[in-house]
Amino acid sequence: MKMKGWYRRLAAMLPLAAIAFLLSGCGVNMGVLDPKGTIARQQLDLIIISSILCVIILVPVLVMTFWIAWKYRSNRKQGDAAYKPNWSHSGKIEAVMWGVPIVIILILAIITVQFTHKLEPSKALASEEKPITIEVVSLDWKWLFLYPEQGIATVNFVQFPKGVPVEFKLTADSPMNSFWIPQLGGQIYTMSGMAMELNLIADEEGEYPGKGANFTGEHFGKMGFIAKASSQEEFDQWVADVKKSSPSLSQQGYDELAEQSVIDTKVTYSSFPDGLFDRIVTKYSAGTGSGHHHGSSSSAGEANDSGHEGMNHEGMDMGAEGATASSASQTAATEEHEHHHE
Amino acid sequence: MDKIKDFASDFFVTGDPLIYGADVAIVLVTVAIVAVLTYFKKWGWLWREWLTTVDHKKIGIMYILAALLMLFRGGVDALLMRTQLIMPNMDFLKPEHYNEIFTTHGVIMILFMAMPLMFGLFNIAVPLQIGARDVAFPVLNSLSFWLFFMGAMLFNLSFVIGGSPNGGWLAYPPLTEKMFSPGVGQDFYIWGIQISGIGSLMTGINFIVTILKMRAPGMTLMKMPMFTWSVLASSLTIILAFPILTVTLALLFIDRFLGAHFFTLDGGGNPMMYINLIWMWGHPEVYIVILPAFGIFSEVVATFSKKKLFGYTSMVFALMSISVVSFFTWAHHFFTMGSGANVNAFFAISTMIIAIPTGVKVFNWILTMYKGKISFKTPMLWTMGFIPCFVVGGMTGVLLSVAPADFQFHNSYFLIAHFHQVLIGGVAFGYFAGLYYWWPKMFGFSLNEKLGKWAFWLWNIGFYVCFMPQYVLGLMGMTRRYSTYGWDTGWFGLNLVSTIGAFLMGAGFLFQVWQILHSIKFMEKDTTGDPWDGRTLEWSIPSPAPMYNFATDPQVREVDDWWEEKQRLASGGAPRPKPALEPIHMPKNSGMPFIKATFWFIAGFGFVFDWMWMAIPGLIGVAACMLAHSFNYDTDYYIPVDEIERTEAAARRGV
Repeated sequence: MKMKGWYRRLAAMLPLAAIAFLLSGCGVNMGVLDPKGTIARQQLDLIIISSILCVIILVPVLVMTFWIAWKYRSNRKQGDAAYKPNWSHSGKIEAVMWGVPIVIILILAIITVQFTHKLEPSKALASEEKPITIEVVSLDWKWLFLYPEQGIATVNFVQFPKGVPVEFKLTADSPMNSFWIPQLGGQIYTMSGMAMELNLIADEEGEYPGKGANFTGEHFGKMGFIAKASSQEEFDQWVADVKKSSPSLSQQGYDELAEQSVIDTKVTYSSFPDGLFDRIVTKYSAGTGSGHHHGSSSSAGEANDSGHEGMNHEGMDMGAEGATASSASQTAATEEHEHHHE
Repeated sequence: MDKIKDFASDFFVTGDPLIYGADVAIVLVTVAIVAVLTYFKKWGWLWREWLTTVDHKKIGIMYILAALLMLFRGGVDALLMRTQLIMPNMDFLKPEHYNEIFTTHGVIMILFMAMPLMFGLFNIAVPLQIGARDVAFPVLNSLSFWLFFMGAMLFNLSFVIGGSPNGGWLAYPPLTEKMFSPGVGQDFYIWGIQISGIGSLMTGINFIVTILKMRAPGMTLMKMPMFTWSVLASSLTIILAFPILTVTLALLFIDRFLGAHFFTLDGGGNPMMYINLIWMWGHPEVYIVILPAFGIFSEVVATFSKKKLFGYTSMVFALMSISVVSFFTWAHHFFTMGSGANVNAFFAISTMIIAIPTGVKVFNWILTMYKGKISFKTPMLWTMGFIPCFVVGGMTGVLLSVAPADFQFHNSYFLIAHFHQVLIGGVAFGYFAGLYYWWPKMFGFSLNEKLGKWAFWLWNIGFYVCFMPQYVLGLMGMTRRYSTYGWDTGWFGLNLVSTIGAFLMGAGFLFQVWQILHSIKFMEKDTTGDPWDGRTLEWSIPSPAPMYNFATDPQVREVDDWWEEKQRLASGGAPRPKPALEPIHMPKNSGMPFIKATFWFIAGFGFVFDWMWMAIPGLIGVAACMLAHSFNYDTDYYIPVDEIERTEAAARRGV
C-alpha cells in the first residue's frame, strides 16, 4: 500500500513538473508561438488550422486503437463469442476508411494552396507605408545587412521601423544558409549567385532573435542576430547616429569580413561600396567565366601556392585559405566586369 | 623520420581522448578475435560457413549482426549529442566534433543501420514466405552483403583514420566541396556510401526477381503474404531511387577529385541541383525503409490477433501507391528555396496525398484487431507502441507539408522531432517487431519475454520524453545542428528532459542486448517451428530452417495458406498427400563476393587518400573477380534424397 501511494504521488508530480517547465517558457521567447508580425501571425493561424484538422482524425484513431486492443484481448472474460477469425473485408467500412482521409486532405489541400499564394515570401506586402529595402548577405559565420536607401551597413544586427513593410533581398557569399526571424515570419534560403526576396513586417516594437537556420560549417551556431523593430523616429535617429559615428566599409573591408570568422558583437558601418550586393550576387554567375577561379576546386594546396598567402588569416585551416583566396580573386575580377554595366 | 611523424599525425585522428579510447578498443577487439579464432581453429569454419556462404538465412543473420553493431555506434553518437545539449554553454564537445557526430549519426542510422536491418529481414523472411529455396541470385546476394559491410567499415574507419565527415548526413555542397571541406572525411562519406549503395541496388534487383519468379506453385501475386508485398514495393523503389544517389555522389566526387564544377559556388556550378538530386533519392529512401515495416506490422497484427488481415486489397494498393507517389514529393525538403507558390503548392499536395494510403493502413491494422483474440507478446507490443507513435508522427508530417507553415518549421527541432518520430516509432519499432517475430525462425529459440517488455517500455517512454519537448523547442526557434545555446534562450528545461529521454532509450537498448545474451544462455528451444501459431509458409517448416528451406515445394491454395491448412486439420481434414522427395538443386558457396568487396574497400581507401597506387590495383582486382566469376561454371550441386531425409528426421525429432 505504501508503495502504491508513492507511485501515485510520483504520477501527480510528473505533469506538474512538466507544466513548471513550460511555464518557465513564459519569461522567455516563445518564437513561432508568439508572433509579432502579420506574416508570422498568419503562419501561426495556418499551423493551428492544420493542427485542428489533424486532431479531428488523430483522436478517434487513438481511442479506437486502445479500446479495440483492450476489448479483444485474448484473456478477456466474455470468452470467444465475438471472435470472427475470417472477417477481413467490408466494402462500406473500406469506403469510409479511404473517404475520410481523402476529405480531410482535400480540405487541407485547398487551404494550403490559398495560403501558399497568400504567403509567398517574394510577394510585396500591402501597406500604406513605403517599404524599406534591406539587403542581406550570409557570410561564414555572420550576417551582413546593407541599407541601400540609407547607405549604412550592419553586422549581426538589423533595425527597421515597425509597421513598415521590409523587403529583404538575400544572397550568400558562403555555403547556403537560411534567414529566419521566427516571431516575424518564416525563413528563406540565402544562396550564392542569386538574390532571394522575403517580405516581412513587424507590428510591434521589440528585439526579435534571428537565426541562421541552415548548417554552414564549424561555427554556424554563432550566426544568431537581433532584429529590432522600433518607431520611425528612433529608426531615423539610429541611422543618423550610425552615419555620424561609425567607420565606413570599404571593398577591402568587405573582403576581410567575408573570410571565415566569428563576430560576437554587433557592428555598424556609416557607408558601403556602391553596388556591393549586386556584385556579390553576380560574381558567381556563369557569365564571369571559370578562368578566374583557380584555387576554388583544385586542391587547397594549389590555391595556397598561387600567391594569396598574404590575404589569409593566420591559424586558419587549409580550406579556409583556399576559399578566401579564391573569393578575393573573384571579387577583384568581377569588379571590372561590373564596371561595364554601370 | 619527421616525415613519417607528419604523415602519422595527419593519417590518424589525434588529440581526442574518445578517439584514443576507440583506438585501444579496436586493437584489443581485433587481437581478441584473431586469438580466439586461432586458438579454437575456427578460421576454416569462419570461411566456409560465413564468409563464403550464399545461404540467404546466414546472410540475413550477418546483416542483422552488423546492423545491431551500427545501432550501437549511431546510438552512442546520439547520446554524445544529447549530453552536449543537456544544458546551455556546455563544453563537452567542440563545434567541429559535434558537427562530425551529427553527420555520422545520420548516415549510420539510415544507411548502415536501417538499411542492413531491413535487408536482413528481407533475407530471413522473404524466401521462406514464398516457399523458395533461396533468392534468385544467391552469389549476388552475398556480394550485396559484403559490399554493404566493406562500405560501412570504410565509413567507420574515418573515426580513427583521416577524420570523420562533418557536412551533415546529406552533405550539401558547396559546404562539402573541396573549397570548404578539404579533409578526407567527405571522401570517406562518398566512398563508404557508394560501395554499400551498389550492394543496396543489387539487393533491390535480387528481391524483385525473387518475388516475381520464385514463388511456390499456386501462390499468385494476390496470395502473397503482406510482408512480401511490402518488400516488392520497397525493392521497386530502391531500383528507381538508388541510381540517383550513385550519380549524385559520383558528380560530387568528380568535383572534389578532378576539380569539376557541378555543384561549386563558381564556374557555373549549381549547388541547388545537388539538393534536388539528393532528395530525389532521399525522400523515396525514407519510404524504402518504412514500407517493409508496414509489412511486418501487417504480419504481426494478423498473427497475434489470430485473424485474417483486414482489407488485403486496400493494403496492397496503399503500399504500391506510396512507392509511386514517394517520387513526387522531394521538393518538400526545401520549400524555402524560393521555387514559387505553384511549385510549392504542387509538392505540398503530393506530400499530403501520401497521408491517405498511410492512414488507410492504420485503419486496416485496427480493424484486423477488431473481433480478434489479441495476445500481447513482444512483437505485438512493439506494434501497439508503433500505431500511436506513427499516427502522431504522420500528423506532424502533414503539418510540415503545408508549405507556408513549413517556412516556420524548417530546419528547426520541430522537424527533428517529426522525422525521429516516424523513423524510430515507425522504422525502428517495426524492425524490432520483425526481429522478435522471426527470431525463433532464425535461431531456433525464443527471446525472453520479460526482458523484452522492459526494453519495450524503456524505449517507448524514453522516446516520448526525448522527442515531445523537441517539438516545442522547434517552435521556440531552436535550430537543428546548434552545438550550444545560451541561458537567455530559455531552452534549458526542455533540452534537459529530452536528454533524459535519450538515455532511457539507451537503457532500452542495453536491455535488448541483455535479453539476447540471457536467451542464449537459458535457451527456450522452439521445437514446433511455429511458436506464434503463424499464418504463412515460413512457420510450416522447422526452426531454424534447414539449408534447403522446404523439403518439397509447398502447394499454395490461399492467402495465409499455413493457417488455413492448420484449421482444416483441426476440423478433421486429412493431411495433404506428401509428394516424394527429390534431389534438391542448390547453389555452391563462393569466395568471390568477399574477395571482390575487399578489393572495393582497397580501391575506396585509395581514392579517399588520393593514393592511385592503391586505388588502381583495387579496381583491377574488382575487374579480375568479375572476370574470374564469369568463367566459373562450378556453381551448383544437388542434395541427395537420403541426406534430406536425415535432415528432416533430425529437425522433426522434437515435434
